[in-house]
Amino acid sequence: MPTILAYVETRAGAVRKVGLEAVAAARATADAAGGGEVHALVVGAPGVGAAAGALGEDGADAVLVLEHPAFERYNPEATSAVVADRLTRGGYRLGLLGSSAQGRDLAPRVAGVLGVPVVTDVTALRLEGEDVVVTHPIDTGKVIATLVVRGTPALVALRPGAVAAGPAPRQPRVETIAAVGDPAATRVVTTELTLGTSTRLDLGDAPVIVSGGRGLRSAENFRLVEELAGAFGNAAVGATRAVTDEGWRPHSEQIGQTGRLVSPDLYVAVGISGAIQHLAGMRTSRTIVAINKDKDAPIFKVADYGIVGDVFEVVPALTAAVRAARSAS
Amino acid sequence: MKIAVCIKRVPVQEGRFAIAPSGTAIDEAGLKYDVNDFDLWAVEAALRLKEKAGQGEVVIVSLGPDAVQEQIRKALSMGADRGLQLRASAVPPDPFVVATALADALRGGGYDLILFGRVAVDDAFGATGAIAAHLLGLPCVTGISTLEIANGRGRARRELEGAQEVMEFPLPAVLTIDEGLNKERLPSLKGIMAAKKKPLEVRAATLAEPRVTVRRLELPAERAAGRIVGQGAAAVPELVRLLQTEAKVL
Repeated sequence: MPTILAYVETRAGAVRKVGLEAVAAARATADAAGGGEVHALVVGAPGVGAAAGALGEDGADAVLVLEHPAFERYNPEATSAVVADRLTRGGYRLGLLGSSAQGRDLAPRVAGVLGVPVVTDVTALRLEGEDVVVTHPIDTGKVIATLVVRGTPALVALRPGAVAAGPAPRQPRVETIAAVGDPAATRVVTTELTLGTSTRLDLGDAPVIVSGGRGLRSAENFRLVEELAGAFGNAAVGATRAVTDEGWRPHSEQIGQTGRLVSPDLYVAVGISGAIQHLAGMRTSRTIVAINKDKDAPIFKVADYGIVGDVFEVVPALTAAVRAARSAS
Repeated sequence: MKIAVCIKRVPVQEGRFAIAPSGTAIDEAGLKYDVNDFDLWAVEAALRLKEKAGQGEVVIVSLGPDAVQEQIRKALSMGADRGLQLRASAVPPDPFVVATALADALRGGGYDLILFGRVAVDDAFGATGAIAAHLLGLPCVTGISTLEIANGRGRARRELEGAQEVMEFPLPAVLTIDEGLNKERLPSLKGIMAAKKKPLEVRAATLAEPRVTVRRLELPAERAAGRIVGQGAAAVPELVRLLQTEAKVL
């Protein structure tokens, strides 16, 4: 029975959703292979271990906690040394991480230390004898690859939100582990962490995304997108590459091939024509709504529901209707 | 300032993708190829650093069949000094194997910086740079959107999900470049002419047995055809009704 190590990503001392997803995916993968232990690894500044017990909710049998001041911010070299060391000592079949900015950085570093194979942005996985079989979208999601990863341990980074798993609560045992070497003596040091000032949800966590394109014509007109997002109450704001290139919105809000890949429950595309670059980042959304004045815009080919019309007329009406619907429910 | 930039030849993503009869490869017919976007930004970053330093050398490295010479020449036409092709019949789908071959070619080259794009848009792993850095024993920062170099040290910002972090590191180092650092220059006619005469060395790549292999490629299921709910603001009530009763997202 396989033992799987899940890396629990934290930021500013708090566990991130991708960290819980790694634990849940490890649980589901182990159970599908006939059972086996899931160990969750939490690395952070003193106090981070307070989150340990709750990881049982996601299916961890054991939580390994390493607290050290040098892990207050993401410490890539020392963290990769710790993860590699645990994977070696624990006889793990698999190391799972989230394919976030942190996980995509960490996974190849650990692979380098251990000399084992690594795959990132994985949307499904299972163990198959000596192999790990993973699903991985390539070519901006236009092709879906089934890959065979041979090696023990193998490192797999999971696309945020892609691997759904049911609850499998248990009471985990909590163990304290030691750092490898001096975690403060690293070449690369994270000197600043700036948390977003927006009170809005992050694109990766929001159930609803309202996104704007060139059809809005100016930075000021993004107010319409902001207001519609506000009406939903659980929405994040996104933008196309054309918009971030114009400087109307920050690059961090760009959804697409070279930006963020998102799959919310609802994606509302406002004044977006639907260039491949953009579709690559959002086509896996559960429900897509498009509002565009051009009835031939490619966005309508992927949209479940479309309104052909002027965004400056349709969006305020939709904002009012969503607000009314939510206050009625 | 001596800088290596590792670039990849990738299909232009706007093309129509089809699966070859083998079921394990892309049908290349009809696809156009270009330098991976992120790698162009890495080339641009290298050129700007060299220009700022007033001297130095920018070396373009690419692994693959002879077709990659087209992409190396493009980078040379932007202003890079020389190229190195690591000849292989194909780029294996295992980032560790690619990183090992690149690290072998870069080792001992005396580079102050080795740059990669953050991710190749075809394979979509974004792992090669960090693995190569480890194999070379060099510090590494991935996915950077700003970069300052002074007195043998660097400072770079990384975009996170809803946050940013700044990392500091000593040179030599390996960096992978995200969108937002710069916009690549277009090759000038003079640059294109000059690139034809710039040195392009070809060496055979040493590729280990891949441990990541393709079992199957498929085209994704098409989304079910959607519908136009209506025209203008008059269609809003019906849209809201559908979101509530059919999609159940409101």
